[in-house]
Amino acid sequence: MKSLQELEAIRNKTLSEIDIRKKGEGTRIVVGMATCGIAAGARPVLTALVDEVAKRKLKNVTVTQTGCIGACRLEPIVEVFEPGKEKVTYVKVNPDMVGRIVAEHIVNGNPVTEYTIGYHEENTK
Amino acid sequence: MISLTIDGIKVEVPENTSVLEAARAANIKIPTLCYLKGINAIGACRMCLVDMIEGGRGLQAACVLPAANGMVISTKSKAVQEARRINLELILSNHDKRCLSCVRNQNCELQKLCEELGVEDVPYEGKSFDRPLDTGSASVVRDPNKCILCRRCVAVCNNVQKIGAVGATERGFRTIIEPVFGKSLKDVPCVNCGQCITACPVGALTEKSEIQNVWDAINDPKKHVVVQTAPAVRFGLGEEFGIPVGTSVTGKMATALKRIGFDKVFDVDFSADLTIMEEGTELLGRIKNGGKLPMITSCSPGWIKYCEHFFPDFLDNLSTCKSPHQMGGAVIKSYYAQKAGIDPKDIYVVSIMPCTAKKFEKERDEMAVNGLRDVDAVLTTRELARMIKQANIDFKNLPDSDFDRVLGESTGAAVIFGATGGVMEAALRTVADLLTGQDLKDIDYECVRGIDGVKEATVNIAGMDIKVAVASGTGNAKKLLEAVRSGEKEYHFIEVMGCPGGCVTGGGQPIVSAQDKLNINPYVLRAKATYAEDAGKPKRKSHENEEVKLLYKEFLGEPNSHKAHELLHTHYHARPKYQ
Amino acid sequence: MDIFRSHVLVCGGTGCTSSESPKIMDKFVEEISNAGLDKEVKVVRTGCFGLCEAGPVVIVYPEGCFYSRVKVSDVPEIVSEHLLKGRIVQRLLYHGETKEIEMSLDHIGFYKKQKRIALRNCGVIDPERIEEYIAFDGYKALGKCLTEYTPQQVIDIIKQSGLRGRGGGGFPTGLKWQFCANEKNEQKYVICNADEGDPGAFMDRSVLEGDPHAVLEAMAIAGYAIGANMGYIYVRAEYPIAVKRLEIAIGQAREMGLLGKDIFGTGFDFDIEIRLGAGAFVCGEEMALISSIEGHRGEPTPKPPFPAQKGLFGKPTIINNVETFANVAQIILNGPEWFASMGTEKSKGTKVFALGGKINNTGLVEIPMGTTLREIIYDIGGGIPGGKAFKAAQTGGPSGGCIPASHLDTPIDYDSLISIGSMMGSGGLIVMDEDNCMVDVARFFLDFTVDESCGKCPPCRIGTKRMLEILERIVNGQGEEGDIEKLEQLGENIKNAALCGLGKTAPNPVLSTIKYFRHEYEAHIRDKKCPAGHCKALLSYVIDKSKCIGCSACAKVCPTGAISGKIKEPFEIDQSKCIKCGACIGKCKFGAIEKK
Repeated sequence: MKSLQELEAIRNKTLSEIDIRKKGEGTRIVVGMATCGIAAGARPVLTALVDEVAKRKLKNVTVTQTGCIGACRLEPIVEVFEPGKEKVTYVKVNPDMVGRIVAEHIVNGNPVTEYTIGYHEENTK
Repeated sequence: MISLTIDGIKVEVPENTSVLEAARAANIKIPTLCYLKGINAIGACRMCLVDMIEGGRGLQAACVLPAANGMVISTKSKAVQEARRINLELILSNHDKRCLSCVRNQNCELQKLCEELGVEDVPYEGKSFDRPLDTGSASVVRDPNKCILCRRCVAVCNNVQKIGAVGATERGFRTIIEPVFGKSLKDVPCVNCGQCITACPVGALTEKSEIQNVWDAINDPKKHVVVQTAPAVRFGLGEEFGIPVGTSVTGKMATALKRIGFDKVFDVDFSADLTIMEEGTELLGRIKNGGKLPMITSCSPGWIKYCEHFFPDFLDNLSTCKSPHQMGGAVIKSYYAQKAGIDPKDIYVVSIMPCTAKKFEKERDEMAVNGLRDVDAVLTTRELARMIKQANIDFKNLPDSDFDRVLGESTGAAVIFGATGGVMEAALRTVADLLTGQDLKDIDYECVRGIDGVKEATVNIAGMDIKVAVASGTGNAKKLLEAVRSGEKEYHFIEVMGCPGGCVTGGGQPIVSAQDKLNINPYVLRAKATYAEDAGKPKRKSHENEEVKLLYKEFLGEPNSHKAHELLHTHYHARPKYQ
Repeated sequence: MDIFRSHVLVCGGTGCTSSESPKIMDKFVEEISNAGLDKEVKVVRTGCFGLCEAGPVVIVYPEGCFYSRVKVSDVPEIVSEHLLKGRIVQRLLYHGETKEIEMSLDHIGFYKKQKRIALRNCGVIDPERIEEYIAFDGYKALGKCLTEYTPQQVIDIIKQSGLRGRGGGGFPTGLKWQFCANEKNEQKYVICNADEGDPGAFMDRSVLEGDPHAVLEAMAIAGYAIGANMGYIYVRAEYPIAVKRLEIAIGQAREMGLLGKDIFGTGFDFDIEIRLGAGAFVCGEEMALISSIEGHRGEPTPKPPFPAQKGLFGKPTIINNVETFANVAQIILNGPEWFASMGTEKSKGTKVFALGGKINNTGLVEIPMGTTLREIIYDIGGGIPGGKAFKAAQTGGPSGGCIPASHLDTPIDYDSLISIGSMMGSGGLIVMDEDNCMVDVARFFLDFTVDESCGKCPPCRIGTKRMLEILERIVNGQGEEGDIEKLEQLGENIKNAALCGLGKTAPNPVLSTIKYFRHEYEAHIRDKKCPAGHCKALLSYVIDKSKCIGCSACAKVCPTGAISGKIKEPFEIDQSKCIKCGACIGKCKFGAIEKK
């Protein structure tokens, strides 16, 4: 170890890997993974989310799964919880949508309106 | 200088002085038990506790407490008195208190402390040791039930002699001082020097007594019992009878031995002169003929065993001469037997030695000629004193007498064998005369005298530089031999004695208590008496001993002759450290 | 490096390891792989979480779900339900004292009042991966010291923090470092005392098992501060997991250049070696420890000289305990004011205690100094099982004393504990209830010291043995008038006269129980009764004739045939044959047998 920068590099690299164990109030991306979710294709969505977060080396972002959210017809459902902000719920998510969600919402803070439950409900009436 | 107050008395002492020493400087006596000046200061026994009134807190062990400026100390506060007394009571509660039959009765530091501290009863009942005695060694008996774990023996064996034959094992109440793995002393590299015995404040370490064997021999009408006394014995024996340390009692000793009932009283001093003839000749031979050098003396059986255990690569350097009393025994059972017309089988030879290692030495396989042991019994100076007491002899008031003839004459050179450097000096006196062919007058080799652990000198004799060294104590021998082994030092001749100070402070000599050792140095006083006796002798060179000359003329031929080799020389072998 | 969406942390501390946590871990790996989740879920073995009572413990992140008493057979359910479907397995969640199900460990009472500094990474990181330690700011403090502070500044920070030795003595750590720094010597040493010997104390083991790098980093910082380039960790050989993790940690730190030559390019060299102790209690005493590292019998030597002047191999040396070291890096990173803001006036920061005895939540807790005994026992420890009454708490192990109920609200720090006749010690805290006999408790601790005394000085070697013999007589019903006074006199004398700290404190368990529970001693001696009903020799089992229906169940179970009688008539116990094993009481359905 010849410099503090070297140490910091190791720190950053590992931190993203074990970030989820920190108690910090980071962003949580939750995928509905009950039987209905899995049947509707939640697994690839979850995997894609994990990959995307990893690829971008995002800190303080956890991807986790949850049980049935209750709106089985809208599965796969992905919910994003950010500290101090209203929860955003995306519905009928497929792996292709994941890139935009992460890039626009998680990184830049702009929810992808056309994937949200509100937009979906409005436009499918 | 450091200034402190002890019991209201202002004391000034140099830096690095312990409070114990500072108190002594002010003539304030502090009781001790584990402390042994220059050897053991570990604060273990807690008898020397003093109360720190200023400059520290609570009770501290004076032996290890460095005196510091401004210290105010009480050596007799209530807390101190109580702590010392309870402590002593505790020690007594786990001590075999059969004092009346203990060899250290009335010469026991624990007993003395009880008197001084007013301990009259042991208020604690409970478990006390009942362990087997270690009687395996030919020289030293260990009684763990009397041991008070002061560790003076451990310190002397480990730190001074660099052997480490005993140490603390087990834990807590079961702690015991013993050889490793609970082995017997005979199975570890104990060299039998007996320094542990003279360090022991109680009767936990004693010599293996042969007194009864000797009485049995004396009382056996068929046995012709011959005694011979080592040079150092006469400078210590008197102490056992209240005679001041450093008094020569040669004449009284000879009288006492006769009164005990020995048939002949000979002197190992005679054999010492004989040793010089043999060893001096051997040395000159080695120097002239390119033999193994340095040659190292072989008078001390403690040193010999040490060398066999720890420096087997030096065995060829050892002089092949037997130690003087073994030579004496061999000569008694051959030359004297022949002269007196006695069957050597009926002769019983007793050696009085300042040494416990001689007890082991006499049992070595090599120490016999034609199946007859050279020496049959070895008694220490202390055992002789006990025999004299048992014979109801009023030693102090005995008249002087001389040794018996044919093996009783000695020179000053033999007298000084008992002090470190003495054998070297005796050898130099003879070698110098032999090399120069003159009767030299300047024969006091001060360079090899004194208490230093290692002494070196270069002596020019007949144009030849002879490099010599003297070590006493196996720890010092170790230091010296390591320097020789590494090539750092080169010598022609080395004298080694197993005990620090040489035989006058040997493991068989009278025991001087640790408290007395604060005031006197037994080596200094006994050595002073030794050199005074040498100076007063009419003859001071071994080769001038008429009886020795006669022995060669009538019996041996010449030094290092075939017959001399048969009777007076031996060999050595490497020994494993553990059995 | 792969990112996982979920981490399953399995406790690899000694306690959980012996209750099969390695098998649980293997099962997780297998099941996760079978479910095809191995790219998403990672299994990590960590150090001790502290709540050993609930072990084996598994925590699942990011939720922080705290699963307790997990069995191998529970693993498939956790994997298929929680890890795959996101449904938390309620039945396995830790049930706190409230009987409410708590999902996250942050909400459990046991953790709520704790403040984890020394234990900050225990149960959070994988102790066998240096990267995880670094990710949690590891070695940053060392870097900061080496690049921003002079050695004296480091010492000043430690001094200002008020950190005191956590091994028991409570000597100010900064001052210790200062003394050693002041000594002029080419060679100095740093020693970590990991010879944790108090019965029931295991905080050092947990730190070494769960966060070994915290100790290594602090030792290097200490080395820099005092001018030492070599450190030794003296750890007992009966801590195999700790030893293994230390070895791995030292290896990794060397590989990364965080130990060795020219650390952070500053020219500072520091290396660490492990020395294994054979488990002698006295080797926790610093002089004995030094003696042991040097290859001699572990025996204390008188002080002065202190280790800071003449320590290991005669060179200036500092010896700090594991927990002390575990605080150092945090103090450097967060500043001395942060540390000093916690605790009491003279005792700053936190202290780890090992809770044991009659308490619901046995385990390790780290609390700010000044927390009261009541908070520890009732709020954190979850109170006493069976709702029994608190009688005393023993702190400081064999060197400490018993604290009675009247001191439950004493804020705990170094000085308050000493003032009530106990001591902090290394942090063992054993809770006793109404069923504990205080004379027997004293006997138990003294029995330990008698065995563990090094045997060097008579007060400790013989004095404690004589005290023990008196106590044994008392609990066996052979106590005599004057025994209490004899114990007090001997005890005080041993305190005054013994050579080392072990001896000087050995009588504490006896003296403090006499101080607070003298009546129990008197009851044993005068009335030949054990008020707690514990001492067998003073008990008798009798059958209440009015309740006994003569079913003979008790007689059948009695191993010595001491019970006899006619069926359907009251039975009787022959006291001369009864060995007081208590088997009959367990068998009687009618409550007819009483202990008296």
